[in-house]
Amino acid sequence: MDYAYYPGCSLESTGVSYHKSIVEVFRALGLGLHEIEDWNCCGATAYMSVKETVSFAISARNLAIAERMGKGDIVAPCSACYLVLAKTRRFLMERPELKSKVDEALAAAGLTLKCKCAVRHPLEVLVSDLGIEAIAAKAKRRLTGHRYACYYGCQMVRPERYFEEDREFPMAMDDLMAALGAEEVEFPLKVRCCGASQMVTNEEVGLDLVQSLLECAHARGASAIVTTCPMCQYNLELYQDKISSRAGKDLHIPVLYFTQPLGLALGCDPQALGLQHHTVPLPQEALILEEV
Amino acid sequence: MAVSNLTDHALSPGTLPHSERVLRKAFLDQVDDIPGGEKLRKCIQCGTCTGSCPLSYTMDVSPREVIARFRAGDIESLLRSRTIWTCASCYNCTVRCPAGIKITDLLYALKRMSMDQGIYPKRFPVYVFSESFVKMVKRYGRNWEVGLMERFQRRTTTPVLGLFKSMSMLPIFFKLFRRGRVNIFPKKIKGIRDLKRIIEKAEQMERPVERIEEKRPTRVVGYEAIGS
Ligand code: SF4
Ligand code: SF4
Ligand code: SF4
Ligand code: SF4
Repeated sequence: MDYAYYPGCSLESTGVSYHKSIVEVFRALGLGLHEIEDWNCCGATAYMSVKETVSFAISARNLAIAERMGKGDIVAPCSACYLVLAKTRRFLMERPELKSKVDEALAAAGLTLKCKCAVRHPLEVLVSDLGIEAIAAKAKRRLTGHRYACYYGCQMVRPERYFEEDREFPMAMDDLMAALGAEEVEFPLKVRCCGASQMVTNEEVGLDLVQSLLECAHARGASAIVTTCPMCQYNLELYQDKISSRAGKDLHIPVLYFTQPLGLALGCDPQALGLQHHTVPLPQEALILEEV
Repeated sequence: MAVSNLTDHALSPGTLPHSERVLRKAFLDQVDDIPGGEKLRKCIQCGTCTGSCPLSYTMDVSPREVIARFRAGDIESLLRSRTIWTCASCYNCTVRCPAGIKITDLLYALKRMSMDQGIYPKRFPVYVFSESFVKMVKRYGRNWEVGLMERFQRRTTTPVLGLFKSMSMLPIFFKLFRRGRVNIFPKKIKGIRDLKRIIEKAEQMERPVERIEEKRPTRVVGYEAIGS
């Protein structure tokens, strides 16, 4: 199976370990991943709130190039990119007037768009196209003793027809981790927003929101938090010093991408999965796993 | 059906001052572009949106009240509210609204209108953030986080305070840097000229904005109360 790959800006810098681990995992599972040629930033929510037609047009350029490549559906690992690209596609399919404006803008660069390729998150791709059982069958190691709080964040599960029935309490990531041998952790805040760019524009509010997530993960005895988005990961990991000192207790905890434990279970090398890029590292003994 | 063509009472209450009529038209035009936007009329004022919002405790106008004020013919106060800037677009309200109202998208529309009208303070962080982001994308085709943060810090405060604020970012910066997670230099996409052409063309097709006469406020009412 082949997919067009939209890494997004974060995966080139702060989220580089997400990029590395996705490439590893797709390779290990025998799935083809083809980076969209010369992709541009999807515009994110910041652009959405400035100019409407422009924001749809720049994000549509990526959809058009992916379509031209003909490698199949688009995989977008960053929840924000995923949301923006999927939303653009839906708006363009449902609003013909908007579509004709965007078509005209794209034509200025010699591009056309038929909205053929769906936009999908890698978690959904793995769970629906391969299936949890098939993935677990390929595992070489068991994640015994690991307790992951699975954090879905908001952008992925909520607006754009996420694949699970229950958008208030998704289970795909929990089920995947459990199938790989990890202990289940009930994490009631799994879809609560971390505040996104509030951390920059309105820090006190951002810190509050992240603090409640970290506290919850600790209270539930998690050994790490597992995320599906570079922004969630950034917010949850990089403010731990600040939050620990304002909360007056140690709230440090490793924050991983779901593709990292998955990669470990598939027998990938920890370096190749980018674990060295994390500022709150997974303890060395957590990397020693029993063979299946 | 397009919302802007509806004449029922809920959408055009009583006699409105000129400025309000201008804003109302602009708002309803934007609502037309939102799939399902017309459900706006179906609000039952149940408050589910406010109750579901992780940030409502920092807002001056709750999401439910946004709809109520729109109905009452008071869009101007919404453009001045802290609410449109504190929304983190987490879509919790939208997913839970029993009437299917696209609250998050409505708030986006209000945010855009507020920018079009210039109703926000000059160094207002949320605006500067969006605007700096747009600059990065136009110049490089990709977001460059170092440049974005530098510009943001510089534009939101005075030079001295800005320097101080940038310093407070240094610990995180060094942490990221040590772990190989920072791009010191921006990357420009090859098709930057194509992208610029797309942007220019799209800009021409953006709806014209009718400005209401307003002076820029020195601050958004109450925003400083939550530490900005
Ligand atoms: S949303 Fe963020 S990560 Fe995605 S392309 Fe835009 S800037 Fe990059
Ligand atoms: S949890 Fe935060 S970073 Fe993640 S998708 Fe939601 S707002 Fe964005
Ligand atoms: S949840 Fe929907 S119906 Fe209820 S008050 Fe909010 S917008 Fe109105
Ligand atoms: S989208 Fe905005 S208004 Fe709605 S629940 Fe989230 S933060 Fe609140």
